Amino acid sequence: MSVSRLESRLRKLFNVPRKGETFEFREGLVSQYADERKDTIQRVIAAMTVGKDVSSLFPDILKNIATHDLEQKKLVYLYLMNYAKTNPELCILAVNTFVQDTEDPNPLVRALAIRTMGCIRVDKMVDYMEIPLKRTLKDDNPYVRKTAAICVAKLFDLNSRMCVEQGFLDELMSLLDDSNQMVVANSISALIEISKATNSNNLKIDSKILKKLLMTLNECTEWGRIAILTALADYAAEEVGEVQHIIDRVSPQLQHENPAVVLSAVKVIIKQLDKVDEEQKNSLLKRLSSPLVSLLSTPPELQYVALRNIRIILEKYPVVLARELRVFFIKYNDPLYLKLEKIDIMVRLADESNAMLLLAELREYAMEIEIEVVDKSVMALGQLAIKIPKISKKAIDVLYELFISRSEYVIDQLVVVLQNILRRYSNEYLTTVITIIGDLDLDSLKSSDALASYVWIVGQYASEIPHLEDRLRSLMAQFQDMDPAVQSAFLTTIVKINLTKPTPVTQSLLQQALNQATKEIENPDVRDKAYIYWRILSTENSELQKRIIMNKLPVLESTIDHFPPLLLNELVNEISNLGSVYHKPASSFIKSVDGELINTQLQTKKFEELQQMAKSEIVNNTVKAENLLDFEDDYDAAQNSNGQSGTSTPVTGNILDELNDLFTNLSSQAPQPQPSGSSVFKDLIQEPESHQQSQQPNQQQKTSNADLLDLF
Amino acid sequence: MASVVYFLDSKGRPLLSRDYKGDIPVSAVERFPYLLINNSTNTESFDDGSARPVLYDNGIHYIYLMHKNLFILAMTRHDTNVFNIMSYLHNLVKVLESYVKSLEEESIRDNFSIIYELLDEMMDFGVPQITDTKILKEYITQESFTLENVIATATGSKSGSLIHQQPKQPPATLTNSVNWRSPGIFYKKNEAYLDVVESIDMLINAKGQMLSSEIHGAIKLKSYLSGMPELVLGLNDRFLNSGLSSIRGETRDSNSTKGIEVEDVKFHQCVRLSKFESDKMVSFIPPDGEFELMNYRVHSHTLKPLFMIDYKMKNHSNTRIEIMIKVKANYKSKISANRLEIRIPVPEDVDSPKFHYNKGSIKYIPSESVVLWKFKRIDGGKEYVMIAELLLPSVHDATSLENFKKRPVNLRFEMQGFVTSGLQIRYLKINEPKLNYQSYPYVRYITRSGDNYSVRVK
Repeated sequence: MSVSRLESRLRKLFNVPRKGETFEFREGLVSQYADERKDTIQRVIAAMTVGKDVSSLFPDILKNIATHDLEQKKLVYLYLMNYAKTNPELCILAVNTFVQDTEDPNPLVRALAIRTMGCIRVDKMVDYMEIPLKRTLKDDNPYVRKTAAICVAKLFDLNSRMCVEQGFLDELMSLLDDSNQMVVANSISALIEISKATNSNNLKIDSKILKKLLMTLNECTEWGRIAILTALADYAAEEVGEVQHIIDRVSPQLQHENPAVVLSAVKVIIKQLDKVDEEQKNSLLKRLSSPLVSLLSTPPELQYVALRNIRIILEKYPVVLARELRVFFIKYNDPLYLKLEKIDIMVRLADESNAMLLLAELREYAMEIEIEVVDKSVMALGQLAIKIPKISKKAIDVLYELFISRSEYVIDQLVVVLQNILRRYSNEYLTTVITIIGDLDLDSLKSSDALASYVWIVGQYASEIPHLEDRLRSLMAQFQDMDPAVQSAFLTTIVKINLTKPTPVTQSLLQQALNQATKEIENPDVRDKAYIYWRILSTENSELQKRIIMNKLPVLESTIDHFPPLLLNELVNEISNLGSVYHKPASSFIKSVDGELINTQLQTKKFEELQQMAKSEIVNNTVKAENLLDFEDDYDAAQNSNGQSGTSTPVTGNILDELNDLFTNLSSQAPQPQPSGSSVFKDLIQEPESHQQSQQPNQQQKTSNADLLDLF
Repeated sequence: MASVVYFLDSKGRPLLSRDYKGDIPVSAVERFPYLLINNSTNTESFDDGSARPVLYDNGIHYIYLMHKNLFILAMTRHDTNVFNIMSYLHNLVKVLESYVKSLEEESIRDNFSIIYELLDEMMDFGVPQITDTKILKEYITQESFTLENVIATATGSKSGSLIHQQPKQPPATLTNSVNWRSPGIFYKKNEAYLDVVESIDMLINAKGQMLSSEIHGAIKLKSYLSGMPELVLGLNDRFLNSGLSSIRGETRDSNSTKGIEVEDVKFHQCVRLSKFESDKMVSFIPPDGEFELMNYRVHSHTLKPLFMIDYKMKNHSNTRIEIMIKVKANYKSKISANRLEIRIPVPEDVDSPKFHYNKGSIKYIPSESVVLWKFKRIDGGKEYVMIAELLLPSVHDATSLENFKKRPVNLRFEMQGFVTSGLQIRYLKINEPKLNYQSYPYVRYITRSGDNYSVRVK
């Protein structure tokens, strides 16, 4: 070994910069020693991994593509996949090797070549894919065939027209009859993928294919099983025999150790439930219970998705899990999102037999530190009290205890709950509620929901409230700054009080409120409401006034929110998919746009990103003088490649322009790539919060409903 | 399916990624830390893990797991089986840990090339392909690219080009219908070890009443057997019947005072699922080496807390507290538990802890804010007491002081020789049609605590 070689290696080892990294890489890539070349390739990949732009080395890396060393080949292919977009012209030079490799005696190489070809997303490459892909789809080795099957989906993504014209979809369909389970599973996955992209059904299952799939199911890897189960879930079996066959074959999958297989199997079975008789339906539902519970012995992230799905299943089929309350108990180290989800599910599972147990648990949770858990527990206590009259007394006691022991944490939610309880049990617990309301300091209420509830209680039970006039006066003082919902509630309250026990003070407050609401408040609803009240009050027909305004509200039966039936049915179709997590149908967050449009947008986006990378690189380089060399290298390389290819390609041209521009306006920021998501769905980002608070809008709605009812 | 898979450090900066579909711009991952912060309850940091694991932003769905200090993130634009992706990510971590021991920032940087190779092999165009570690190791064997290797090659002691290995082939196993075992395995001695392990999770309130309990059981098989052996595992009828009736969803007999219900039996890939249901047989061809054959949950009506904990705390005017713990082994004197560890929560940053105790060893662990009381062995019926005196830091507010009591006392232990479910292994028949060797299995029964054996103190 020569001294200089050792020196260069040591230099690399200790990262001594000489002429910049790129220069060294380039030297290493053309080294006469094979192991040094491989070594350098690895270092280039390492640089790529940490986010450095090494795209300028493309031609040099390409020189190393023809090798028998499988590891080196993989690394070169990896590099090509990453930077093909930056040098689409040069990619053509690699085509030959790819095509050759798909005929290599080693099946690993054949598979690797066809897999990589599909990942080089350059239009030019597509033209050369047809023949190798056709060949590998018929390969003797199943490993190659299963890779080629997926490659059809890649080709479809790149050029759907060609894919269809060349009959690749039909080939995929015929692969469903392959003797090998993995080929079948991948063909299914590819067809599902294609169907999803085009929003059409390319996977047409008939009874023959169905039989084949059900037979293959037990031989597949876990991921293959999921693919097949996904296909089965979308298959609408009509015939009784078919339904039975599906159930028989799929239900053993509920015992699989991979939770995703279990949930996919659950979905298939749920889809068959409407097609079997009542008795079998019930026994199947019972059968689902313990697999669903088993989904909770997974890492927290999976548990979360499982719980969101359980919530849907529970609403559709409330008998499932009826006896399983305990498994949903909160563990001390559960992440917050799990705790909230579990409380939500537990309230739904509550019945007379387990309500006391749940009550004791909720009391513990309400003592927790995390404010969100406390809130949710107090809310759940209210839901429980309303759902199960038998334990309502105990629940109120717990709420009172919470008010005494940790008022500042619970008060907001507590007042909202109290309003609901009064609407369910109008008199039973009045003394407790009035005690709490009587002790309450108005300033301690932070949320407007709580304030609106408080105002409602004051109006409804005016005769019981101590120091009524003072309370009304301090409310009136804040009237201007209140939330519209609270203003509206206050109007109703003050009108009610004046109908039941008017005093000079309340009369003057009423006058002030109506005046302000009609003259100074901008919210149209509040203003209109004030006008309507005013008009009614001026009729001087007190009988009519009372009949309209003092109308009794219907008794509240439940405060647990439910999905509307239409949405629920859609969500059942979404089980285990994204929609089941967001509790929204897929159509609301996935937009079907012309595939090619996205692609071109993305291309420009990626290109912009690369430009930006280049810019920031240059900015850095101007600071570090030593690295400036690098830049010059890049510059040269760009020019060279320009010269080599003979024609000035628009891409490199653009880069050069950009670079030139850069020095004139270094400071100016390139336009940020515009995200392509439609803003209509932006609210989805807020989804978690909105869900968390979903009870509150509900409440609001109820209060406004109440007001409406008051009116008529 | 997933479009990209990212490994990100604790700050949400990308360490390594693999783009499967090319439909997600790089800027999407830069949004990830902001998304986490927006969705966390804590507005300054996001490593408290309060953000939900599925997030949506600008047409892109972010699906992630947390592993140690890493985020493992998948992104997609399409409506897809999110549970599948999560399960895959979870498996991905398992596979990588079998290659690099501990998956963390450092090991990802050091082993990037093998990780790329695995990412390429385990998922294609976003569709999970193979996650069986044993099979992967047959054809993805590249030596990790570590500093030692660089030194080795640099000094010429081991030249990469000199090692001309046999060209690797995809293992036939991969695509066979028995896709977890390669043919042609040979051992001189044919041995099989069965471990029946049941871990108990229990939540006990301050009055010593059991609030909830869960027993997770597993049968682990470690086998060194030649050829393609057909195994049949025989279990006692009571266990089998209970397990089967739960699978069939039959109504449980709530009057049975025997009080053991087996639920939710799950099997390894290799077990013929339909055979179990129809013939009550656990029959399978095992993967080579160690694996978990089956797992199950047990619901017991008669289970009692195995340890009674008596907890008292005295607060001396917010400057010093005294915690007294009495532990009683609540099982028969014939039995004993090994390696009992009691973790007692204490306030943060306490000073000069003093302990009085009559058995075991005690130390204060500041990083977890607990006092750890360890026993090598504790016999049934025995009772021990310890008192800890702790000085409180001078600056604190009185309300947060009591917060430490919200954390429960946690127990860990192990008991050998029996399991609570009453599961018994009757036999393990081993039959290799071609080689016809004799082999006898070794069986062990272990009962231990799960991660959540806790006693509330308030």
